[in-house]
Parts: sequence; structure tokens; C-alpha cells
Amino acid sequence: MSNIPDDLKYTKSHEWVRDNGNGTVTVGITDHAQELLGDIVFVELPEIDTEYGADDATGVLESVKAASDMYAPLTGEVTEVNEALDDAPETVNTDPYGEGWIFTMKLDSMEDLGELLTPEAYTEEAEA
Amino acid sequence: MTDTENTPKQTALYDKHLEAGGKMVDFAGWEMPIHYGSQLEEHHQVRTDAGMFDVSHMVVVDFTGEDVKSFLRHLIANDVAKLKEPGKALYSCMLNEDGCVIDDLIVYYLSDIHYRMVINAATRDKDLAWITKQVENFSVDIAERDDLAMIAVQGPNARAKALGLLDAETAEKVDALKPFYAYPMGETFYARTGYTGEDGFEIMVPNEEAAELWDALKAAGIEPIGLGARDTLRLEAGMNLYGTDMDETTSPLISGLGWTVAWQPEDRDFIGRTALAKEKAAEKTQKFVGLVLEGRGVLRGHQKVITDNGSEGEITSGTFSPTLKKAVAMARVPVDIGDTCTVEIRGKQLKANVVKPMFVRNGKSLLEA
Repeated sequence: MSNIPDDLKYTKSHEWVRDNGNGTVTVGITDHAQELLGDIVFVELPEIDTEYGADDATGVLESVKAASDMYAPLTGEVTEVNEALDDAPETVNTDPYGEGWIFTMKLDSMEDLGELLTPEAYTEEAEA
Repeated sequence: MTDTENTPKQTALYDKHLEAGGKMVDFAGWEMPIHYGSQLEEHHQVRTDAGMFDVSHMVVVDFTGEDVKSFLRHLIANDVAKLKEPGKALYSCMLNEDGCVIDDLIVYYLSDIHYRMVINAATRDKDLAWITKQVENFSVDIAERDDLAMIAVQGPNARAKALGLLDAETAEKVDALKPFYAYPMGETFYARTGYTGEDGFEIMVPNEEAAELWDALKAAGIEPIGLGARDTLRLEAGMNLYGTDMDETTSPLISGLGWTVAWQPEDRDFIGRTALAKEKAAEKTQKFVGLVLEGRGVLRGHQKVITDNGSEGEITSGTFSPTLKKAVAMARVPVDIGDTCTVEIRGKQLKANVVKPMFVRNGKSLLEA
């Protein structure tokens, strides 16, 4: 059973979203997603200062097995990317909700967060 | 074929995989472990110490009878007449009439009336059908040995750890095996072969003894390794994978396997020879190379390769090399390719260096600094 923290929001495409309380959110992939992917060897990060629409591809995670797209959970502008993943992509496997974060976004509207999945809803999604 | 419909088969070691936490996937109709937790750690385990793979899904076929040698000299593109000492093994392609590859295989010479062949699991049915069709006018018996399991024990410490489990007499014989030789001991068969670029053995053992051997090997410090790491290990070692690097539409000459075709003696009439000789005499347009990506990213099968002249080829198999920490690949490319090329990954053109298709052997990088 994978770890699904209570204090985060989720997407159907297995991203987690943390409200930073200042108009930005931090985005990563869930424990369930990293388990499915296996050992991650390369993270193609999104471009800083670039606007992405909800569900736009923001980058790619490559594991030893396969390449998998990552998506913007909501509409907004990417403000920071986790450059430490360039040298240590495996952090996404070992600490998906912590040091393995992937990027932060300034959302067009924080109210959009309500469109995301709750931990309960994501648990159902992940178990399906 | 009711027994193969939809339900994947299980090897004699299936319970052992579950016990070791194996993540099971359907592989060529078999339920096999892709990894037991981390494919990368398993890869390094084989490069630096010792690991073992359940390869019981592979197909062992015994050929017996008075015509067996002449039959095999006709059936496959390498020449079993090269095999003079009992136990000696030979790697070969089995070709169709077009000179393209039906399968790649290893054949062991056991005696003048007994050879043993190991073919791929994914090609079992078509291989056996092809062989059965070709054997009609020969006095040869063909027996599939599905009573045997096979465990590949690979890594720099694999031989020493495995030898410690054998009785003194067997250990002495098996220890003395040179690379690409095998020693049958009763129903058990020890071969100094493998698919990782490391030293080790492939051990065939009756199904009912497989679990016990697996446990003993594990107790000796040989860790279970999944098929995922088997693929990254073989790719680093520059060993072709059937169905990916070559198939029924490609000849060995454009698959990096020209060295496995025995052209001498000239009067040996192996299947595919006529077509292959014609291809060899014609102007060469494609060749098989290795690629190393300069920057970050991962090379994968079917990515487009572009030469400096603008002509195009394709990656046949690629991966992130855990040993080199770079993306590597095998590719079929136009002959005009230079020392560098570009690979198209998700619309971007990335620079790659062109090298011999062999990247790591015995734990060491083969790339020039």
C-alpha cells in the first residue's frame, strides 16, 4: 500500500499538489506513481516562468523501464524547478513528497485547487 | 494450444519469486519477475558481486540421432562442425530463406549424436514449427526439455560462490570449464555462459530440484535479479535481443551478427546462405553501431538517428546504462554515419557519439575516456 498524505491534493495522472499558502503550489509525483515507474534515471524539468494550462505536459520522467509524461495540475506559471534532480533523479523514488518535489507554480486562481482530488478520492483512483 | 491461452505459465521457481518480493509480469506467456524492488540495485549487484536469474522460460531442445550434425550444419548459420570438444558451445542465428533471423540461439555439442540447443521463449512455437519442417529428411529426434529449469548465475563473484555448493568432484570439473563450455553431471548441466557480460554459469536442473538450488545459491550470497536488469546488463554488454535488435526482416549482416555466420567451408548449404551471400556481395547500405548520448536523457528503441549527411537510421534498443550513468543504445544506421550523430528525442535533436556496440564487460567501461 503506497503512502498518500492527508494534507495534499492529487490528480488522476498521479501528481501531488501542496498549497504553500502564498499563492503558489509545489508539485511532485505520488508514491504510487514512483512505484509504478521504477528506478527514475532522468527528470526533464519544465521551463521556469512559463505558463502551462491544466493537463499540459510539463516534463518527462524517465525510469529504467519507460518514459512517462508529467502534467500541470492546474493553470499557472512555473516559478521554481528542483534542479537537484538533475544530479539525483532517484530522489523522486526515495522521497517523493519531500526532496523529490519537481516544480512550483503560481496558480492563476487558488480556487482551482478545489478541482483536484482529495486524498480519499486519489486513494480510490490509485487502487483502481 | 489450450494450455497457453491467456493464462501465463509459471516456472518451477514461481513461489521463490513471490517469496523474494518479485514484481511479476507477463513475459512471452510466462509470469516472470521484472524486479524484486530495484532494477538498478539488481544491475549493480551483478556487475559488482553475484546475482541469479530464473531463465527457465527459455526453451531447451535436445537433438539426437545419427544425422544430427549434418542437420544442424544445414539448420543454422554458424557451423557446428567447429565444435570438437564435448561441452563446447556455439552462438548462432537460425535464418529463413531470405537470410533474415528467425531466432538466435546457443547450441552445445555433447556427442556426435547429441546436441543441445537453447532458444528464446518468445519464439518457441515458430522455432519448433520451423525446425520440425526442416528435419523431415534427416534421422534426428527432437525433444523439448520442459522438465528442466534454468538458473543463470552471473557476476564477478558468481562462479566462486556457486562452486562452493558443489561436491568436490563436480566442483573440480565445473571450475575447470573454460568460457563457452558446459559440463553435464547427471541431469544437471553447468555451462559457463551468460547474457550479462560478466563471468558465471547457466545451470540447467530438473524442475523438482530448482527451488532447492535457488535457496542454496541465495544462502551463498547470490541475489535474485529480475528480467529488467537482465535487459540493461545485456545491452551494456552489447548482446543482441531477438525481436528488438534483429528479426525476420533483418539479416545478421546488418544486426552486428556477421561474425556468427560461418562462410567456410563454401560448400556448406545452410538455410539462408544464398540470400545472405547476395546481400554480402552487394553494396552495403546499413550497419549496426553503438550510440552514447552526450548529454542527459534516455535513448530508447525506435528513436530516429540522423547522420551528419542527413540520412536516417533507427535505434533498435536503448537504455540508461546504470554502470556508465549515460544513455546507451544499439542502432541500425546508414553506412555514411560518422563519429557523431543526432538522435531525435521528443522533437529535440540531441548529440550522440557513435561507438562499437559494446559498452561494458567484466564490470569495466569499454568507452574511451
